[in-house]
Amino acid sequence: MDILDLLKSLLSLSLGDFIRRNFGAGPGTELLIDIGGVVILSTFCLLIVIFLIWLTRKIVARMQDRIGPNRVGGRYGLLQTVADVMKLLSKEVINPAGADWVAFNAAPLLIVMAALLMWAVMPFAPGVIGVNLNIGIFYILAISSASVMIILLAGWGSNNKYALLGAFRAVAQMVSYEVPMILALLVPIILASTMSTEGIIAAQTLPFILFAPVSALIFFVSSLAETGRTPFDLLEAESEIVAGFHIEYSGMKFGMFFLAEFLNTLFMSGLVVTLYLGGYRFFGLENWVSADGYPYGRLIGLIAFFAKTFLLYFIYDWVRGTLPRVRVDQILNFNWKFLVPLSLSLVFFVAIVDKLIPPGTNVVVRMTIHLLLNILIAAVALELLRRRGRQNRLAMSAGGGSGGVEAVAGGHGGGHDDHSHHGPQPIEDVPDVLDTPLGAREPVVIPVH
Amino acid sequence: MLAEWQYIGIFVALSPIFPLAPVVLNRLLGPHRPNPIKQQTYECGIETVGDTWIQFKVQYYIYALVFVVFDIEAVFLFPIAAAFGQLDLFAIGAAVLFIFLLTDGLIYAWSRGVLEWV
Repeated sequence: MDILDLLKSLLSLSLGDFIRRNFGAGPGTELLIDIGGVVILSTFCLLIVIFLIWLTRKIVARMQDRIGPNRVGGRYGLLQTVADVMKLLSKEVINPAGADWVAFNAAPLLIVMAALLMWAVMPFAPGVIGVNLNIGIFYILAISSASVMIILLAGWGSNNKYALLGAFRAVAQMVSYEVPMILALLVPIILASTMSTEGIIAAQTLPFILFAPVSALIFFVSSLAETGRTPFDLLEAESEIVAGFHIEYSGMKFGMFFLAEFLNTLFMSGLVVTLYLGGYRFFGLENWVSADGYPYGRLIGLIAFFAKTFLLYFIYDWVRGTLPRVRVDQILNFNWKFLVPLSLSLVFFVAIVDKLIPPGTNVVVRMTIHLLLNILIAAVALELLRRRGRQNRLAMSAGGGSGGVEAVAGGHGGGHDDHSHHGPQPIEDVPDVLDTPLGAREPVVIPVH
Repeated sequence: MLAEWQYIGIFVALSPIFPLAPVVLNRLLGPHRPNPIKQQTYECGIETVGDTWIQFKVQYYIYALVFVVFDIEAVFLFPIAAAFGQLDLFAIGAAVLFIFLLTDGLIYAWSRGVLEWV
């Protein structure tokens, strides 16, 4: 036992080695280290959410030309979330009449459990990981698909029609977007030839976003839908079904859903960083070990990881502050008729091309070939979209007006201008406005009641 | 191998504590005065009509069915992707054929109008 040893171990994030040195290696010590690791990881996850909520509120407020929290806790409102937690803790817990007691109360616990369990395989720095499973990515997918069931449990158990609608939407949307997500995930796994999260980072001498930008983009979009964030926040669309699946929850039970949502978003940012941006890699500095054997590089790796993760988190919030919500049929069409075929063909071509490159080829050459392949696939996809959009516009101007239902998203700009052919028939215009595909909607004047 | 899963086991065993603690604390700190009006189902201020637990729009189930097909097939692709470095061209050909079958399923569902939101 040595205070200096302890301090150095703390600073180099190798507390486990410190315990092994002082208590002797053995199954009992490993059990102790594992329990300590679980407690530290979970506490960190619960506490970072307090900061995340404040961050999101500040960012979105700035994007909406507001100031955001600025009273509680000094000029920047740093303690606003702490005050909110206190408020939630002192609220009354209401159990709605007719609710399924078990489902209603189990759902908030299970959703936080699912959100926490995913972090077990997140690599924060070299060696700083809950456990480096050899099927890490598979484990993440297994846990994240469980959250669909939990949301259905919450919506069904609440005995509320809005909640049920939200739950059904959640199932249709999250289940659909899991397909392109899985297929996009296959690309980094093929490139790294492993499912372990640390293994994927170790394989990224060049970050995989340079190899497969299309895969990264598909993964980003489908992770937006998986976490139920704007523009895919149909499962809790405030203006349609009030709060969706968690409408009947009050007090801290509501807080648990909120916590899980933010935790999942941060996790998805971290996963994008791990899979495509090289994770904790920072020009090899993350593996630096000092002369007396303490791996101080882990601290650099940790800082690099969180810098990248919060950049990604900012992009998630940027999307949230920018894009409006899309309709349910647009969401599902965009997935099944665009993302799924695109990701299928991407996996198809990446698998073939990567096998044709002889092993031992220079990594830059390999990267260039993959990059060109991705650009080609993206160009073909955009061209197909453009042609489809032109067809739809022609069909709409020919008087059909229903072409928009078939449409996948994008490439339909200007389609609405053709309505002058209809003449002054405002009533007929209404379905046309509804059918206008994503992004082409005109500003609608809402009558004030 | 088992030592790796020990961590997951401990995590699963301990993780209910973290959401349970604030919920229980909330129950202890917050007031608790239930009454029938307060416990009514929330629905824009009017009383709810009819049963909530009914048979629902079939479209949602169809998407779930299509998903199940895709999910099971995609699960088989993961071992192939993880072992990609060691596979020869014949094995990759088999995997590519498998992706073709997936695509065929999608085209079938598309042409039967399953993917239309009605």
